[in-house]
Amino acid sequence: MIILERRPAPSRLWTWATPPLAVLMTMIAGGLLFAALGKDPLTAIRTIFWDPLFGPFAGFTRPQLLIKAAPLILIATGLAFGFRAGIWNIGAEGQYILGALTGAAVGLAFYPAESRLIFPLMVLAGALGGLVWAMIPALLRVRFGTNEILVSLMLVYVASNLLAWAALGPLRNPEGLGFPGSRNLRQWASSANLELIPGTGLHWGAVAALVAVCAAYGLFARHVFGFAVRLAGQSPRAAAFAGISPSHLVIGCMGLSGALAGMAGLFEVTGPAGQISIDFAVGYGFTAIIVAFLGRLHPLGILAAGLLMALTYIGGEMAQLQLGLPAAAIQLFQGMLLFFLLAMDVLTTYRLRLKGRPAPEPSSAAAEGAR
Amino acid sequence: MTEALLAVRGITKAYPGVVANSDVSFDISPASIHALLGENGAGKSTLVKAIYGLVRPDAGTMTLAGRPHAPASPREAREAGVAMVFQHFSLFDALSVAENIALGMENPPPLRDLSARIREVSQDYGLPLDPGRTVGDLSAGERQRVEIVRCLLQNPRLLIMDEPTSVLTPQEVAILFSTLRKLREGGTAILYISHKLEEIRALCEKATILRGGRVVATCDPRERSARQMAEMMVGGALRAPARAEVPVGEVVLAVERLSAPSPRLHGMPLRDVSFAVRAGEVLGIGGVAGNGQDELLLALSGEMRVAPGMVRLKGEDVGALSPSGRRMRGLLCAPEERNGHAAAADMTLTENAFMTARMRKGLTRGGGFVDWRGARAFATRIIETFDVRTPGPEVTARQLSGGNLQKFVIGREILQRPEVLVVNQPTWGGGCRCGGGDPAGAARSGRTGGRRRRRQPGSGRADGDQRPFRCPERGAAVPRPPRGGAERGGDRADAGWSARNGGRPCRLTVPPRPAPACSRSAPAGHGRGAGHDHP
Repeated sequence: MIILERRPAPSRLWTWATPPLAVLMTMIAGGLLFAALGKDPLTAIRTIFWDPLFGPFAGFTRPQLLIKAAPLILIATGLAFGFRAGIWNIGAEGQYILGALTGAAVGLAFYPAESRLIFPLMVLAGALGGLVWAMIPALLRVRFGTNEILVSLMLVYVASNLLAWAALGPLRNPEGLGFPGSRNLRQWASSANLELIPGTGLHWGAVAALVAVCAAYGLFARHVFGFAVRLAGQSPRAAAFAGISPSHLVIGCMGLSGALAGMAGLFEVTGPAGQISIDFAVGYGFTAIIVAFLGRLHPLGILAAGLLMALTYIGGEMAQLQLGLPAAAIQLFQGMLLFFLLAMDVLTTYRLRLKGRPAPEPSSAAAEGAR
Repeated sequence: MTEALLAVRGITKAYPGVVANSDVSFDISPASIHALLGENGAGKSTLVKAIYGLVRPDAGTMTLAGRPHAPASPREAREAGVAMVFQHFSLFDALSVAENIALGMENPPPLRDLSARIREVSQDYGLPLDPGRTVGDLSAGERQRVEIVRCLLQNPRLLIMDEPTSVLTPQEVAILFSTLRKLREGGTAILYISHKLEEIRALCEKATILRGGRVVATCDPRERSARQMAEMMVGGALRAPARAEVPVGEVVLAVERLSAPSPRLHGMPLRDVSFAVRAGEVLGIGGVAGNGQDELLLALSGEMRVAPGMVRLKGEDVGALSPSGRRMRGLLCAPEERNGHAAAADMTLTENAFMTARMRKGLTRGGGFVDWRGARAFATRIIETFDVRTPGPEVTARQLSGGNLQKFVIGREILQRPEVLVVNQPTWGGGCRCGGGDPAGAARSGRTGGRRRRRQPGSGRADGDQRPFRCPERGAAVPRPPRGGAERGGDRADAGWSARNGGRPCRLTVPPRPAPACSRSAPAGHGRGAGHDHP
């Protein structure tokens, strides 16, 4: 009989080995799923994971990788702070919408003026919009002890209604023949967030995502704020004893994740999406939660996870087009990834042991204790 | 001589950087109360954990009633007839006594039958217990009864008790002792771990003494004096630590009519506590655990803010300051619970050193960036100065034994040169070498102090960091139990308390009968250290 035995300390090896293993398991289980749907599993897996990068249409799909990954990475990096500290901002999608709305609104207020200052101003406004939206659950929690999970999640629905209202009302393109949706921000030089190097997909959002990853890495490794976040997540009482105010931490983490989500929204609305429209929100804010955990709440892990998640999005679309796989099967496939990751996580804190055999000595695990 | 119930032969267990048990052998006779003695860090906890199946020894064998005993889990140990009452209770406050006991059983009988059994067993052994009561409403002594009854329901052949009296009032201790004697008459062997040598002399017929993980002596405690046993524990003649003549200075910490609700659900509110501590003196806070000591520490450390004027440091009102603000001004604390409060278990010692020392040791650079090199150097200095047994500063706090972590935590605060150091239960649990509650521990603390003095020929502020361990006590404030009633003898010095007093017998002044009003008082006898009386 196989039994689970608690490790003396969480295994560092398994912490980093489980995500690739989870991807592998997803491929296997997904392959079985696709086979059950009557498709060739190998072709399906190749279409999802290989073709977007190296397939016949790679020239078209490769830039999409950065375009899709950038908002995921930017949002997930912000979320990682809160998640590490035990502050659960589930409403990044709403902050993403609000960032796009406020940023676009500030920019459109200057239309049709042309200035190099407009785009930076829009980015700031977008960050501020996301931050303010995230402050609502943060302040409610600090002041009244409400649950930030519920409040931030419910505010997503408020945000999507605001989005619809803005697209139909105040931000509607006056020259749009009555169709819902704002002016096209891509076609206005002052606000256009175009590719910096043609054919790569590298727009300002991707640059911001890379900067955010590096900054987050520095904050976690070397800054008092990152230390406070890690300490509070591990041991709230020790954090209180160390003089870290839980309220400040809630406001700091929610504010940071909200601001980054807002920025992601702004980069999206000025770039790939191009305009405020009713269907602007496509769930980046929710997918980023998966990305954050898939990346182990570690900035570099999030970078890799964001790229992987973007790949399954692009590959999933290709599989729908080329193989006729239903969209639900692709969503199921993505969901499996998180499912397997969580299941494999057992191995970081537990090890499998055949009953009757003595456990290996924990000395190697103990040596892994270094930060 | 009868055959041993439990025969331990050559048990060895090593942790990274420290050998907890080295070739330990001893016998426990059936129907006896056997004491396990030793300084903190001597390996007592590891040994009993091996017997109870929580730790797997590297080498050695055990025989229980003629059969090999090598439990892989506490469940196997329980099946073999070994039960253990831990120092820390594992009870759910919100559940009833019977529900709590049922939760710990493999196949619990219907609650009604179980309640009847609980009543029966608790009456047989003189441990009155109502199975229907909610655990959250019970006193510490009653909670311990729940744990004991839970063990007795298994009809154990060997009952291990780890420091059972630290949470009990003297009356409860008397009840516990008569229960243990009854158990012995019924044929159960008891392995009794305690620091309180007088208790062991009164209760046990045999004692095994551990030092540095080895058995150094076996004796009959009834025939030895406490001093002799203490000397066996430390392995040398005891010398009473000389009290340094430190001039007593101004009042540095003044607590005045401190009242505050407990932040915890089943905590104890502070009611009208007043005392004052002068520079160069040690003030002991006595009392049975759970009578507001934790809350007092929270109120002093700043984790709990209090109303203006209640806590003053050098005349400055610090009641509204955060823990960081108080630390900056020199009010440092070492809480009772090490893992999870004083230290974060999964963080390295470097990170744990940074945790409270970041401001006083200037471990942050411009822009709030951490000086990890400085933090590592500080952690290394704590490890060296306080003899923390660990491979290095990059080990997580969880990997240290309780005593070693305690040395680290106390050392971390002392090396920051506090104006006032508040320590809650420094010898609690596995304890540390700077404590022990008996002359043994105190001797160690004297030694540590001496070594530190040589290394740091400080004067004035510089030796402020040693003060707490070598200054005479001037008085003691004693929280009273909440429900009145309990009496304490002045001779019952709490372990942690006497260590803080440099090992001298404590002059613990206790009012003869607690007044019905909830007042806390400091003794009137010592004019200088005493606070105010509120009869």
